[in-house]
Amino acid sequence: MSKFLKFTLVTGLAISATATAVWAAPFGLGRPALLEEIAAWDVKVMPDGRGLPEGRGDVETGDEVFGDQCAVCHGDFAEGVGNWPKLAGGWGTLDHDDPLKTVGSYWPYLSTLWDYVNRSMPFGNAQTLSPDEVYAIVAYILYSNNLVEDDFELSHENFMDVELPNAGGFIVDDRAETEYAIWHGEPCMENCKDTVEITMRARVLDVTPDDADSTATPEPAAEPEQKAEASAEPAPVAVAAVDPALIEAGEKAFRKCSACHQVGEGASNRAGPALNGIMWHPAGSVDGFKYSGALQAMAEGGLVWTEETLSAFLESPKGFMKGTKMGFAGLKSADERAAIAAYLASFSE
Amino acid sequence: MSELIKGKPTSRRAFLRGSVAAAAGAVAAGTAQAGTPDPLITEVQPWANGFGDGVDATPYGLPIQYESDVIRRNVEWLTADTTSSINFTPIHALDGTITPQGCAFERHHSGAIDLRKEDYRLMINGLVDTPLVFTYADLERFPRENHVYFCECAANTGMEWAGAQLNGAQFTHGMIHNMEYTGVPLRTLLEEAGLDVAGDLKDKWVYVEGADASSNGRSIPMAKALGDCLVAFKANGEALRKEHGYPVRLVVPGWEGNMWVKWLRRIEVTDAAVESREETSKYTDTLADGTSRKWTWVMDAKSIITSPSPQAPITHGTGPLVITGLAWSGHGAITRVDVSKDGGKTWETARLAKPGEAKALTRFYLDTTWDGEEMLLQSRAMDETGYIQPTKAQLREVRGENSIYHNNCIQTWWVRPNGEAENVEIS
Repeated sequence: MSKFLKFTLVTGLAISATATAVWAAPFGLGRPALLEEIAAWDVKVMPDGRGLPEGRGDVETGDEVFGDQCAVCHGDFAEGVGNWPKLAGGWGTLDHDDPLKTVGSYWPYLSTLWDYVNRSMPFGNAQTLSPDEVYAIVAYILYSNNLVEDDFELSHENFMDVELPNAGGFIVDDRAETEYAIWHGEPCMENCKDTVEITMRARVLDVTPDDADSTATPEPAAEPEQKAEASAEPAPVAVAAVDPALIEAGEKAFRKCSACHQVGEGASNRAGPALNGIMWHPAGSVDGFKYSGALQAMAEGGLVWTEETLSAFLESPKGFMKGTKMGFAGLKSADERAAIAAYLASFSE
Repeated sequence: MSELIKGKPTSRRAFLRGSVAAAAGAVAAGTAQAGTPDPLITEVQPWANGFGDGVDATPYGLPIQYESDVIRRNVEWLTADTTSSINFTPIHALDGTITPQGCAFERHHSGAIDLRKEDYRLMINGLVDTPLVFTYADLERFPRENHVYFCECAANTGMEWAGAQLNGAQFTHGMIHNMEYTGVPLRTLLEEAGLDVAGDLKDKWVYVEGADASSNGRSIPMAKALGDCLVAFKANGEALRKEHGYPVRLVVPGWEGNMWVKWLRRIEVTDAAVESREETSKYTDTLADGTSRKWTWVMDAKSIITSPSPQAPITHGTGPLVITGLAWSGHGAITRVDVSKDGGKTWETARLAKPGEAKALTRFYLDTTWDGEEMLLQSRAMDETGYIQPTKAQLREVRGENSIYHNNCIQTWWVRPNGEAENVEIS
């Protein structure tokens, strides 16, 4: 700690000039953190359970909360939807080709799960769960992995009783012994091998993204205009107003929606319906999506999605449509609402 | 500007298609001394008799339109959503060692957030004498340092474990960038808060956490935290870009990119590793027998030939050829890079553009002559510890094929007589 001393000597004058500082520090910069501030930000939970708040939640409650908050991406049974993480299954696959790494098959500490759900989930709406809800979700994920029974309740009291199956499956980095010691010395420069043959080619597999020329082409206006001509019959006025900059802004704003809605090529229904072709069409007409009674009723009453109606809905979903399933707080910015409408309009056939 | 200047740039695909013809043309041009005079020389061109842009035409300049394909690219099938995803630096098209911020790869866990300097707070708490809160302005008042470091995602080349998969250096090796950082040593901030209460520092850790919704957190052993870690706010001379953690990110030289927490908001001294999601369920390396290595922080020595490569074919025919690439090591400086044209039977030592710098990218060149025959190009890096970059077979022998992370194997490009190159695996 000789550095402390040196700093103190060099900056001694500065410190005496700011004598109001109540703590002894080399530079006297910053201010003491308040307990409330530390409590707000320091939410980590350690493997030994330190940091866990009091609370409890059972599997049954967890099933419900998980269904509402997590199943969109992780599936009703924590089995994962599409490319989203699978949280259950994969037991005994770690030594197979392509092991399936889930909470049950891979994660070493339950604290990690509690900590991560609490700080980072739900995706796009982090830090909104109560401690009881987090306990319940964690209990449900344990249940999905056959690690507890359906009447199990997890709490701060029994938390440390749960041991995950792969807790002993990790070793600390041993590359110094297993690798560095071998791959060392003077490398071969000549006659290093007799034959060389190509055993695998990336082109055969062909999973490299197609070249991004289309995004690099400096003529963004061309395509929307052509589209506008093609779709000119149903709604010529609205389509004629296509503004590439607005659509681009809409694409950005749409990220707020993308946890639940897909749009574009290959879009499918998720927590919310796919949104291709919804503009200027009657509400509630996306195939295969189970709409709320509230939306169906308004659709029967003649609701058509236009810039005005969509904007009103997005401004206050529950105000515009009491009983809607859309769990979205609303979008204050009129500009963003208009941009989203324009963006969705660009996906109308 | 005249229409000529604004002419549509050649697309890369057309460029690739034309490469064979161009190669043939180059041969002809070399011999046709008595050909037609070049109108680009004999006729006055618009740019030679009119005006170009005035100053301030672009108050903050972007690359000229003809370079519009030198951009980061994403591999969509890798992840479910771009807000928790990665893209790749176009290393095949860059030279030198410094990566321009605008095309340096991005990795987000919950999207790149918009955080103003005015709203920025950095907390130090845990086992410190006085828990502190700093503003951005506070950070600028500590003595600061400049260092060039590479930042490589531990998953770089991770898609290639089981075989040659992605056809381009950008995709196989583009989760890397190299910048000159300006910042305050993490040590300075820890000492400002005081470490007396922490007692013996040997078994202490520093947990670092970001301000975004993922609040990505990692545990760093105290020795590293007091070593060369930097709390950085400038890169390549200007403010960090939003996608790289504006206004403040952590720099953890030589260690995996996931630890370089962006939008750094909290530093906590702890008596154990937190074992966060990113240091247990991710960034751990599963071996063939199903056990997994954890705390594999250092990025081992690695190299890649950036040109020629699948996205940078040879277009000039036989004769002089510059083979170039990048080498780096998280253990220190690169001391030597060897290049093989025959898949590892024989090797030649390449020329380093500058002596290797610790934990920074090193550019190498092999100035050679191409006879037009096919080549199996490889590069092999060595660092100051004497470590030699392993082959894919050597790596697999120790780790199997399921490690995902820390694949630093020797890469092979198959260059064919027409100049095109492909990612291949060889015996």
